[in-house]
Amino acid sequence: MDLLSALLQGILLGGLYALFATGLSFMFGVMRIVNLAHGALAVFAAYGVLILVRAGITNPLLALLIVVPLMAALGYLLQRTILQRTLTESPLPSLLVTFGLSIIIENLLLLTQSANQQRLSLGALDTASISLFGGIRIGVFPLCVLIFTLLVLTALSLLMRKTQFGRLVRAVSDDPDTVALSGASPKHIYGIAAAIAFGLVAVAGMANGVQAGFNPTSGGLLLIFAFEAVIIGGLGSLWGTLLGAMLLGVVQTVTASFDSTLFQFAGHLVFFVFLVFLPNGLIRRKVRL
Amino acid sequence: MTASVQPPTPTQAIRVAPRIRRFGRASYLGLGVSALLVIVLAVLPYYVPLGSTREVTNLFIYVILATSWNLLAGFGGMVSIGQQAYIGLGAYGLVTLAGLLGMNQLLAIPFVALVCAVIAIPISYAVFRLVGGYFAVGTWVVAEMIRLLTIRVPELGGGSGISVAPMPGLDRDMRIAVGYWAALVVAVLVIAGVVLIARSKLGLALMAVRDEPVAAATSGVNVTSAKRIVFVVAAAAAGAAGALLAISTLNVQPTAVYGVQWSAYMIFIVVIGGVGSIEGPLIGAFLFWALQVLLADYGELYLIGLGVLGVVMVLFAPGGIWGLITRKQRVNLFPIGYRLDQR
Amino acid sequence: MLELDDIHVSYGQLPAVRGVSLTVGEGEILAVIGANGAGKSTLLKAVAGQLPLSSGAIRFDGVDVAKLPAFRRARAGIVMVPEGRRLFKSLTVEENLQIALSTKRSGPWDLERVYEALPIVAERRGRLAGDLSGGEAQATAIARALVANPKLLLLDEVSLGLAPVVVGQIYAVIPSILAQGTSVLLVEQDVQQATKAARDVHCLLQGRTSLSGRDLALDDISRAYFGA
Repeated sequence: MDLLSALLQGILLGGLYALFATGLSFMFGVMRIVNLAHGALAVFAAYGVLILVRAGITNPLLALLIVVPLMAALGYLLQRTILQRTLTESPLPSLLVTFGLSIIIENLLLLTQSANQQRLSLGALDTASISLFGGIRIGVFPLCVLIFTLLVLTALSLLMRKTQFGRLVRAVSDDPDTVALSGASPKHIYGIAAAIAFGLVAVAGMANGVQAGFNPTSGGLLLIFAFEAVIIGGLGSLWGTLLGAMLLGVVQTVTASFDSTLFQFAGHLVFFVFLVFLPNGLIRRKVRL
Repeated sequence: MTASVQPPTPTQAIRVAPRIRRFGRASYLGLGVSALLVIVLAVLPYYVPLGSTREVTNLFIYVILATSWNLLAGFGGMVSIGQQAYIGLGAYGLVTLAGLLGMNQLLAIPFVALVCAVIAIPISYAVFRLVGGYFAVGTWVVAEMIRLLTIRVPELGGGSGISVAPMPGLDRDMRIAVGYWAALVVAVLVIAGVVLIARSKLGLALMAVRDEPVAAATSGVNVTSAKRIVFVVAAAAAGAAGALLAISTLNVQPTAVYGVQWSAYMIFIVVIGGVGSIEGPLIGAFLFWALQVLLADYGELYLIGLGVLGVVMVLFAPGGIWGLITRKQRVNLFPIGYRLDQR
Repeated sequence: MLELDDIHVSYGQLPAVRGVSLTVGEGEILAVIGANGAGKSTLLKAVAGQLPLSSGAIRFDGVDVAKLPAFRRARAGIVMVPEGRRLFKSLTVEENLQIALSTKRSGPWDLERVYEALPIVAERRGRLAGDLSGGEAQATAIARALVANPKLLLLDEVSLGLAPVVVGQIYAVIPSILAQGTSVLLVEQDVQQATKAARDVHCLLQGRTSLSGRDLALDDISRAYFGA
C-alpha cells in the first residue's frame, strides 16, 4: 500500500514537473532557445508572490494573478531586446546569455532576500488530502496542480492546432523570413511565445513554492527536473513531456519511500538510462535539434 | 640541318610559390614575453608575502579552468556547464590517492588527471547524444550525479567534506610555495597543450567542425572523435585543477568543489576575455582574479556585475576583450595559424 | 504604382544591383529577365524588404517604403512569392494560405475565390505542404500570396524546376490576377515564358539595366541578356 501511495504521489508530482517542462520545451520548440534561466525565473516569480503576500495580498493565488502578467511582460521584453539578438546560427550566444541571466537572478535574490527556505501557504489547502480506497490519501493541492497542468496542455494543444496564432507559431519555426513575407512579424511572434513560457513558469514557480518550498538557489534543480522530464518524455511532444514528468515523479517518490536521500539520484539515473538507451524518449517524434 | 624547336620560355608572370610560416612576428614576441613571465612567476614566492603567493595560486587555477573550458567551447563548440564534475573528482581523487592511500601529493596530480580523463570517456558517449543547450544541462546532470555519489562515501567525509593533510616534511612557507609551483607548472602545461592542439591537424579539424560541421564531416573529419578528444582533455585539465585546489585549500567540501559556480566563473572568464582565442581566457582569468581579490567582500554584487558584463559582451562584443583589442588587425601571440610570405 | 529609383543593393561587399530604375503601373505586368547572377532575385527581394538598399528609393503609391520591414510591406500590399516556393512544410496547404491572412488586407481574394482560381490547390487543401510535388507547391505558393490580397505581386522564378506543361498552367492564372487590378512584377530566367506573359520587359546584366521596353525583338533581348 505504501508503494501504491508513493506511485500516486509520483504521478501528481509529475503534474508539477510537466508544468515546469512545458514552458522550457515551448521556448525551445518555437525559438530553438534552451532557456537556462528557466529554473531561476520560477524562483524569481515565487519570490514575487512572497513579497506581495507580505505586502498585504495574503492569498498567494491573488498575488499570482498580478505576477503572471508581469512575468509574461518581462518575457516579451527580454525576448524582443536581448534574446532576439541571440537567434543566430550558433546556439552559443543564447546559452551564454540565458546562463548569465540565471546567475544574475540567483545572486539578485541572494542579495535582497534571506537565504532561508521559504514556503508559500494557501492555508488549509497546503495539507488537505482526499481519502481514496484502502486508506490511501493524496494531497488536494498536488491534485489541483495536475488538473491545472492537464488544462494547460489541452489549451496549448488547441492553441497550436486551431488558432491563427498557433499556425503562425508553427510556421515561424519552419521559416521566419517567409512568415514576414506573409504579413506577420516573426519577432512579435517570438515575443508572445516567450511571454507564454514566462507566464507558465511563474505559475509553476508558485505551485512549487506551495508544494516544496524554495530558496534563492532552488532554480538549478528545478531546471534539471524540467529538462529531465523533457528528455525522458521525448523532444517535440507536449503530451510526451507529461508522461516523462510523471515517470520522473514516480521514480523519485518511490525511491524516496525506501531511502529519502536517494530520490534526486534515482531521477538522474533514470534520465541517464533514457539518454543512453532511449534517446528519443517515450514518444518518438522527428525533431530538428 | 633541322632547326631545333625551342621550348617556350617561362613568362615573367610565373612566380615562385609563397613560403608558409607558422610563426608570425607577434608570435615570437608572445613566446618571448611568455617565457620571461614564467621565469618571473617562478621566483615570485621568494619576493612576496605568503598570502599573495596563495592568491596567485588561485590565478593559475583559473587560468587552467578557463583555458580548458575555452578548448571545449571555443574550439570544440561544446558549451558545458558540468566541468565541476571533474574539479570535484580531481579534489576527491587527491584526497583518496594522497590522503587515504598515502601517495605523494604532487605525484597524485597527473594520476588524478588521468583518472578524470578515463571517466570522461564513457560519459562522453552518453552526453554526445545531446547537442546545444540540452548538452549543457546534460553535463550539469552528470556533475550532480557524481556529487551525489561522492557524498555517499563515508570515507570521503560524506556531506560535510574532508580535510587534506598537508604535505609532510615541509614547513608552511615551503608547502604553500610548492603548491604554487605545482599550479604554475600545470598551467603552463595546459596552455602549451592547447597551443599544440590548436596548431595540429586536430585543431584545424576542430575549427572546421565549429564553423561548418556538415562540410567538415563530408571532408573526412571524424567529428565525434575530434570532439571526444577535446572533451577528455578538458576533463583531465579540470581534474588537475581540482587536485591543485585540494592541495592549496587543504579542505574539500562537496558543494564547494562540485558547485555550478565554477561553470559560471569559467564561462564569464572566457566570454569576457574572448572565446576561441588562446589569449582571451588568459586576459579574462587575470581580470576575474584581480577583481575578485579587490572585491572579495561583495560576493553577490560581484557575480551580478560579472553576469551583466558577460551578457553585454556576448551581445555586443562576442570576441571579448581580446576581440576588441585585435579588431583592426588579427594578432596571434601564440604560434597557431598559418601566414603567407608574399615575395 | 511601383517606382524604383536608381537602387543599389549589395550582399555584404558584393554589389548585386547597381543603379536600376523602373516603374510598374496599376494593373500592369513587367518581366525582369537576365542570366543567373544578373541581380534579378536580389532586386525582387529588395522590393519585398528582405534586403536593404545601399542607396536609391523604392516608392509604392508615391510613398517611400525603404524603411519598412518586410512584414509591413506585405500589409501595405507588396506580396512576394519567394524563389523556391518556401512553403511551411509542417503546415497543411490550407494552413499555409491562412498564414497570409496576417496581412489583414481586404480585397477580392478570399479563400474560396483563390480555390476557384487554382483548383489544383483546392484539391490538396488538407495535405501537408511538405508532401506536394513541384507544380502543386508552386500553385500553393501563389495561392498563399493571393490570399494576402496584394496590390503588387512579386513572382520570383516561378518556373524554376517545373515541367513546361506545369509552368503553362501556373502562368495561366496571371491574367485573372491582372484583371483584379493587381500589378505584377515577375522575375524569369525563361525568356520565352516571360515575353509570353508580359509585353513590357526589363533586362538585367551584371546588376545593371541592359535593355528595357515594350514588344522587344527576340534578337535584341538575346543580346541584352548575354551582353554583346
